[in-house]
Amino acid sequence: MRKFDTKVQYLKYKVLREVARLAWDDTLLENILDIPAKLAPGKVPTMRCCVYKERAILGERVKIAMGGDPTNPNVIQVIDIACDECPVGGYEVTNACRGCLAHRCEDVCKFGALSFDHNHVAHIDKSKCKECGACAKVCPYTAIVSRKRPCQNACKVKAISMNEEKAATIDNSKCIRCGACVYQCPFGAITDKSYIVNAIDILKKSERNTCGGGYRVYAVVAPSISSQFSYAKLGQVITGLKKLGFHDVIEAALGADMVAMAEAKELSEKGLLTSSCCPAFVQYIKANFPNLVEHISHNMSPMAVLAKYIKETTPNAKVIFIGPCTAKKAEAQLESVKPYVDTVLTFEELQALFDSRDIEIATLEEGVLDNASYFGRIFARSGGLSDAAAQAMKEQNIDFTIKPVVCDGIEACRMALLKLSKSPAALGGNFIEGMACIGGCIGGAGCLTHGEKNKAEVDKYGREALEKNISDAVSLLK
Amino acid sequence: MLKITVCIGSSCHIKGSRQVVEQLQYLIAKNKLGEKVELGGTFCMGKCQQGVCVTVDDSFHSVSPDTVEEFFAKEILAKV
Repeated sequence: MRKFDTKVQYLKYKVLREVARLAWDDTLLENILDIPAKLAPGKVPTMRCCVYKERAILGERVKIAMGGDPTNPNVIQVIDIACDECPVGGYEVTNACRGCLAHRCEDVCKFGALSFDHNHVAHIDKSKCKECGACAKVCPYTAIVSRKRPCQNACKVKAISMNEEKAATIDNSKCIRCGACVYQCPFGAITDKSYIVNAIDILKKSERNTCGGGYRVYAVVAPSISSQFSYAKLGQVITGLKKLGFHDVIEAALGADMVAMAEAKELSEKGLLTSSCCPAFVQYIKANFPNLVEHISHNMSPMAVLAKYIKETTPNAKVIFIGPCTAKKAEAQLESVKPYVDTVLTFEELQALFDSRDIEIATLEEGVLDNASYFGRIFARSGGLSDAAAQAMKEQNIDFTIKPVVCDGIEACRMALLKLSKSPAALGGNFIEGMACIGGCIGGAGCLTHGEKNKAEVDKYGREALEKNISDAVSLLK
Repeated sequence: MLKITVCIGSSCHIKGSRQVVEQLQYLIAKNKLGEKVELGGTFCMGKCQQGVCVTVDDSFHSVSPDTVEEFFAKEILAKV
C-alpha cells in the first residue's frame, strides 16, 4: 500500500521513524551516529554520487528530525549539501529547436524577447523575458524549457534565492512557512523541522504511559485527517493515537466551529475582515501588507482556540496538534499560542510515530471521533470557512450579508489583498478567506498524500458529523 | 455552588452528551438554580464505557438522556 506521494517523503519518513524508535527506547544519544549508515548501508549509492554523501545528508536529516538548527528561527530549513544546485536560467531554448519558419515563439512573445541567429535558431533575450512561458507553450517541438528551480517555482512569495554556492537560501522575513518548497524540491533539500522527539517525550511521561502520575495528553487533529491514512479507517487512526499514549483525540474542527461563531460576530461588527485560521496567510499579510493587518480577525486559529479551551477546563493537560501544516509549527511558537499548544506534528510525522511503535493501524478496532459539526469539518478545504461563517450568521440571527472572497492558494490571496489595499470596493466582498495552500488545508505540505479525491473525502466526513448545525456543536462548551 | 461537569468527548457525544447538557440547562433554568449551579464541559474522563460521564463537584455519575431528570432530582435538587 502506497503511503506517500513521493520518495522524498518516504526518505524523510524513514529518518523520522528511526529517530522515533530510538527516542522511545531512550537510546537516541548512543545510536544517533549510526542512523545514516543504517539507512544507507552501501556500498552502492542509491540516491547520490556516493554513500558517504548520502550518509552526510542523512546526518543532516537526523538533526532536523530532532528539531533542526536552533539558531535559525524558521521552521523551514535548507540542507545545503542536499541542494543539487539545479540550473537557474529561466526559459531557455534547447537544441531541440529546429529553426522552423513559423516562429510561433516570436509571434506570441509580447515583450520582443525572441530573436533568431543565422541558422534560424531561436534565442531568448534575458533582459526582455518576463518568464511568462508563452513561447514554451506554442513551440511545436517543445524546444523551450523552463530552467526555474522547483523550489523557486513553488515559492509564490519569492522567499527563495540562490547564494554564492548556488544553493537555495530562504529569506526568513518573506517566508510564510507554508512548506510548498518542502513538498516540491525533488531532492528533499528543503525540509520542515520536526518536533517528533518532543512529542515522544511528552507522551512517555503521560498518565497513560506511566501508569498514573503524569498528565493527560490530548491530540487535536485537523479535519483534513479524513483525506489521509486512506489505507485504514479514521476510527482506526483514533485507536492508534490512543495506543501511542494520547488520553483523548479531539477534532480541531470543534475549534473551527467556535471560530466560525466568533468570526461571524466580528465580521458583522467591523464590516470587513480577513480570516485568521491559516497561519501562513496571516504571516503573509503581516510581511507584505502591513496596512491591512487591522483587518485580520482577532480570533485565534481553531487549533489555538480549542487548545485554550482544553487547558482551561482540564488541569494538567498537554496538547499536541496533528495536521497537514508546516506553518502550524511556527504558529505554535507564537507567544500568544505557546501556552496552549505544546507541540505540533504533521501527518507524515504521525505515520512515522505509528510505525516506530509497530502500530499497524489497519488492524486495529475502530475508535470514535465526533465533536464537531459539518461546518467545522469542512474548514479543511477551500471555501469551507466562508460557508461556515455564513451559517454562523444565520444561526446567531445576525443581520449581515457576508460576501466572501474565497482565495485558494497564496497567489489568489495576493490578488485579493492587492485589491483590498486599493479600496474595499475594489475587493468586491467583505470577507477574505485566505488559504495559503491550493485546495485549502488538504493541500498542506505535511499531508501524506495529495489527490483529487481529498476534497470529496472531507465533504463526506463533514456529512457524517452528528451535529448538523454549528450552535449544536458549540452548545456543549458553555 | 455545585459544579456539574459533562464529558463532551467523542464517545459521550455519540451517547448523547448534547441532549444531557441541553436538558440540564433547561432544568437549571426551570428551577432557577443559575446562581447555585455551574454547568461546564470537559473532554474524556477516561470512563467511556459508563458514558455519558458527569461529575458533580468530585463525585462521578453515569447519566443518559433518559435518566437526566432522575439524576437532577437526586444529585442536584436534593443538595442545593
